[in-house]
This record gives sequence, structure tokens and C-alpha cells, in this order.
Amino acid sequence: MAHGLYWRKTRRLTFGLLVIWVFVTFVLTWYAPELNAFSLFGFPLGFYMAAQGSLVVYLVIIWYYNRRMRRLDEEFGIDDE
Amino acid sequence: MPGSLTRLQRYYLLYTGGFILFVVALAILEDHGMPPRWIGYSFLIFTISMYAVIGIMSRTSDVSEFYVAGRRVPAFFNGMATGADWMSAASFIGLAGTLYLSGYQGLAFVLGWTGGFVLVALLLAPYLRRFGEYTIPDFLSARYGGNAIRMVAVGAAILASFVYVVAQIYGVGVITSRFVSLQFEIGVFVGLAGILVCSFLGGMRAVTWTQVAQYVILIIAYITPVAILSWSVTGNPVPQVVYGQVLQQVQQMEGRLFDSPAEVDARRLYRERADEYAQKIMQLPNSLVLEREQLTAKINELKASDAQMKDIVALEKQRRELPHDPEQARLRWETAMYAAAERAAPPIPHAAAFPGDDADAARAQRINFLALVFCLTVGTAALPHVLMRYYTTPSVRQARESVFWSLLFILLLYITAPAYAVFVKYEVFTHLVAIPIDKLPGWVAAWSKIGLVSIEDINRDGILQLAELSLNPDVIVLATPEIAGMPYVVSGLVAAGGLAAALSTADGLLLTITSALSHDVYYRVFRPQSSTQFRLVISKSLLLVVAVLAATVAAQKPGTILSMVAWAFSIAGSAFFPALVLGIFWRRATRAGALAGMVVGLSIAIYYIFRVEFDSVAWLGVSGLRMEPWFQVQSTSAGVFGVLAGFVTIIVVSLFTRAPESAADGFVDAIRRSRRRQDT
Repeated sequence: MAHGLYWRKTRRLTFGLLVIWVFVTFVLTWYAPELNAFSLFGFPLGFYMAAQGSLVVYLVIIWYYNRRMRRLDEEFGIDDE
Repeated sequence: MPGSLTRLQRYYLLYTGGFILFVVALAILEDHGMPPRWIGYSFLIFTISMYAVIGIMSRTSDVSEFYVAGRRVPAFFNGMATGADWMSAASFIGLAGTLYLSGYQGLAFVLGWTGGFVLVALLLAPYLRRFGEYTIPDFLSARYGGNAIRMVAVGAAILASFVYVVAQIYGVGVITSRFVSLQFEIGVFVGLAGILVCSFLGGMRAVTWTQVAQYVILIIAYITPVAILSWSVTGNPVPQVVYGQVLQQVQQMEGRLFDSPAEVDARRLYRERADEYAQKIMQLPNSLVLEREQLTAKINELKASDAQMKDIVALEKQRRELPHDPEQARLRWETAMYAAAERAAPPIPHAAAFPGDDADAARAQRINFLALVFCLTVGTAALPHVLMRYYTTPSVRQARESVFWSLLFILLLYITAPAYAVFVKYEVFTHLVAIPIDKLPGWVAAWSKIGLVSIEDINRDGILQLAELSLNPDVIVLATPEIAGMPYVVSGLVAAGGLAAALSTADGLLLTITSALSHDVYYRVFRPQSSTQFRLVISKSLLLVVAVLAATVAAQKPGTILSMVAWAFSIAGSAFFPALVLGIFWRRATRAGALAGMVVGLSIAIYYIFRVEFDSVAWLGVSGLRMEPWFQVQSTSAGVFGVLAGFVTIIVVSLFTRAPESAADGFVDAIRRSRRRQDT
């Protein structure tokens, strides 16, 4: 059934991206003191991730979600304009 | 290419250009001798009248326009409006200061307040838009059925929004009184006028277009001073990129400075002072009597000798100002003890994550950091005034895209805030610390006068030690223009930016409270038959009442209300997030489950905040309430328990109640995907 498939695909995409989000937000942050031993653009890495890196990942997650959902809408002939 | 821009984009481009011209004109006028006071007034009058013009142009008497701006706001502009809606006086003024004071630990706010938008984008915004009504209680009531859940949602929305709006109006009072030297109470009511010109006349429609205008001002105002500071320190005007190098220099200076003999000595003196106060508190009430006697003896001794009159007067004043009773002495000395102990604590390197004396302390820091991030993200994704904005786009697709724009516009500020902190720290380390006190830069004295900077030469060496300096967090953003030696016009610009941040957030919050009361309570529950005209009259009158009420509360300068804002996230997250997410993603969630989950989540969050934060309630005559925090989690992160309890309760209760009827099933189908083209 086409309806179920659309939802299943949406759900899979959503949960996949949420896993990345949890990893960046909670797992990487938990290890911030360890990451601080490395450096990136002159920043300690743990500090950089919390101040900039994670934020950019968030933006990319949303951008990718929108792109995939647009494709999905086209595939299923959905147009809610 | 101007040709490819829409009409709206051209308008706002013109507006931005106009604003920049206005700032440049003021700069030239200042150069020709315009007094700072007039510059402050010009900013205040110019920006508020701009907002008023937009408000009047967007006035409306249509219900859909009033609540959701007619659902005609393009993704890009909705993103901008959400940015302004979201970034409050606390983000604009307080965040950089928090980052200055607590270094890495402050980044929990940056992570939480941006990470929450991922949850909005993936879990909520598209579904709310597809549902397409007016408020968050609308959504919950349509999904689960019944008015009980609507009323709980209204209660939670008002609870979370009201303290928040009071804090915004308070922020307006602080900014106007500092930069335009208006009296605080008058400032509050000027702010009230600034809020009402938009929301009263045009509801969501006017608020949206004003918020876009306010975003432009606040982001220019936020970035300009630190870009100039960055240019003067590093020769690169993009602070977000270069502050890594400055951070390295700060770290080197920290290494040299923190353990220098003078610093260690100053900290030891503060430690001793703190111990002294602790002793005195323990020996109350005798210590108070003793202190009075000692002072009296000293005065008599001076009087007997031929000491200077002014020394005697000073001592007598000191005696007069002694606490009147042991209770007052305890309060006053405890404050002094904590202040001294704070200065006695060894400073923490800026980039150090989760510092602690031992493994236990470090683990508590780690847990609290993550707990705070969790509460702020979930709270962000549950604050009704933000979610409401996603009802205003023309389509689901635009709702999705507008979350992207929202985060992008919000990022600009949150990526800049840590740079602010690092640059100011660099300035403090190079131009303040280890400098003779009589040679300090002028801004220190200027901000000391109003109590935001305080300096005390405790080791009497005539040189400023880091431990001897204490900065109020607000001063970081407010004083950066002076720190970098910029003309007053930049300070005025910062004030205008802070004002825009506070006003735009207050507008959104006020509208949320009003629509909860007028749409959900009055129209949906009490008078479903009332005419649209009358509903609008009710909305506008309620808006006026709530706004005046909030301003009246703010004019009392309630100290605790500012810390209460942090709790709004936990409250909103615990009440809304589980019910909203499960309502969309779990078909089996039932009305009883959601109702129980919202009540339990909300109650646990409030209970936890209360028991950890307060010991007694005077007007109830209860005391001895304080409990040990669970897992060392602070009260600002009460949402951790509230949200988890909410999820568990909804799942358990739902499984024990009968599966929802087909109406709820149809609702879930309808919000999960739009109808196909050929179906419509």
C-alpha cells in the first residue's frame, strides 16, 4: 500500500537522522574532555564541537531531511502548495 | 540580481539599507558633537516607530490573519521571524556573559538552544503545519479528543510563557534605563507600548513582519561590535573564524596568570574572609553583639584621641549599618560569604570541559551538562510560541524549509556568542589584569558606577588581580563597544538590538498567551457559537490585559523571575513534548494516556524544581522542604525527569486503556501525509 510505504520511508529517515543527532549532541559531548586533546582550526576539538561543529551538523541534518522529503513527495505525487 | 528578488525581499533590503544609513548618519552627527543621550533617544524613537509603522500597515480584523498571519509567510521570512521570536533578551545580553564566566560549561546553552531545532524539524513542524489549525492545544485536543487535555495544555502554555514574557519586559526596562537613562518603570511602559503597537493591531500578521524587521536590527547590532573588536585584535573582521587563535593566546595567559603569586595571595585572602564570615554566622547572635561592641569601643577610643572627624563619622555610619537582628545578619553575611568564596575559588581554564577536583565532581558536571542540554533541546521543541510560528507558512514543504532558515538565522548569533566571550576575556587579560588600579581603562569606572563591574584591592598592592575583579554577565555585550573604544553610536546600536530581541520575543509570547485564552478557552470551550468579530474583540482585550499585567509584574523588579525563565524550558518540555511526539508517531497513544502523561510530567518537573530550590513557603507556613537532588541534577534540568516520566506514563496508561477510536486513527493518517494531487 502506497500510503504505508510513504510513512515507513519518512519514519526510517527521521529515526536515522535522530540517531546522528543523539550521537553528536550527547555522545560526542560526553567525551569533550578527551576530544579537547585534539585541535581543529586552533580550537580544542571538544570546545569547537560544542561552539560550532555540532551546530553545523544540525543545519546539515535539517537540510538533508528537507531534500529527502522533497524527493519523497515527488515520488508519491504529493503537492501541498 | 535585484530582478530575481520578491517584492518582500526588496522591501526588507531597502529597510536594512535605511537602517544602516540611519546608523551612519548618527555616527556623523556624533562626530559633530551630538550628545550620547540624544543618540540613545534617536535609536529608541526610530526603531519603535519603525515597528509601529509595520504594525499599523499590517493591522487586521480577520481571525486567520490575527492568529496565523493568513498562512502566507514564506519559509525564508518565517525563519527570520522565528529567529527573532526565539532569541530573547537573555540570548542577546546574557549568553555571551555566561560563556565568559563559565567557559565551556556555558556552551550547554548554545548546544541546547540550537539542537532543539532538529527535533522541531524532524518531529513536529511538518505535522503541525499539515494539521493546520491555530494553537498547540488545538492540536492536542484534535488528536486525543476532549476539552480536558486542551485545558491542561492551556495551563502549561500560560505557565511557561508568562514568566518568560515578564522577563522580556524586565529586559526592556533594564536596557532603556541604562542607555537612554529613562527611569526603569517608565522604560517598562515604553516597552509595553512597543509591544502593543504590533500585536494589538495586527496579531500574528503584524508580529511576524515586525519580527523580521527586529531580526535585522538585532543581528547587525550583535555582530558589529565584536567584528570591530576582532578587527582591532587580529586584523580579521570575522570573529567566528579567528577566535580560535585568540583562544590559544587566552589559554597561554591563563597558564601564566592563574598561579602567579599575587593571584594565589588574593585568593587566599578571599578564602580567609569567607571563613571569617562563616565563623561569625556560626556564632550568631553573640558575634553581632560583639561586633557592635568592638565598633563602639573603637569610636570611643578615636573620640578620646584627637582623630579626624571624618574617620569617626565613617565608623559611626558603619555601626548604623550593622544588621538589626540576627536573622538579617545571617542573610547578609551569607551573601558576603558566598561572594568571597566565589572569588577565592581557583579560576577554570576557558576551554576546560567538566573540571572538577575529583572524579565524582567531574562526573556530576558531566551529567549536569548533558541534562541541561537535554532540557533545553526538548524545551525548545515544546515552547508554544515557537511551534506556533510553523502554522503560518503556506505549505508543509515551506514549514520544513522554514525550520532550516530559522536555525540558520539563529546560528548566526549563537556562533558569535562564544567569540564575544573569548575576545572580552582576551581584553581583560591584556588590559586589565596585572595593571595598576589607577591606570585602568575608563570603561571600568563607568560600569562600576552602576554596579555591573566591581573591583576591590584586597591585597593592597595597587595592582588588579583577576580574583579582585568581578563582572556581571550582562556587561560583556553591553560594554564591548566601549572596551574596543568605539564611539557611542555603537553602544546605542547594541541597545537597539537588545531592545529588538526583547520586544520580538515578548510579542510572540504575548500572542501565545492570548490565543490560549481567547481561542482555546473562550471560543473552543465556553462559547463555540460566538461570532468571529466578537472573538477578535475578546482576543484584543485579553491581549491588553495580559500585557499590562506582565508589565506591572516586571515593574516590581522581581529578582527571582529571571531565574524562573530557565525553568520554563523544563516545564514546557515535560508538559508538551511527550504528548506531541507520541501523538504523531504512536497510533496507540490514547486520550487517558496523554492526559495522564502531561499531568504527571508537569507535576514532576514542578515538584522537583520546588523541592530542590526552596526550603520553605512563608505564606503556607511550611518549611524543611528542601531535598537532596536526584543524581546531582540541578533544578534547571528538572525536565529530564519530567520528560521521561511523561513518556513512560503515556505509554503505560495507553496500553492499559482501550485503543483510540477510528477518529483518532483518521487524524493520525491525515497528519502523516498530505493528500495526493489527484485526490484533491
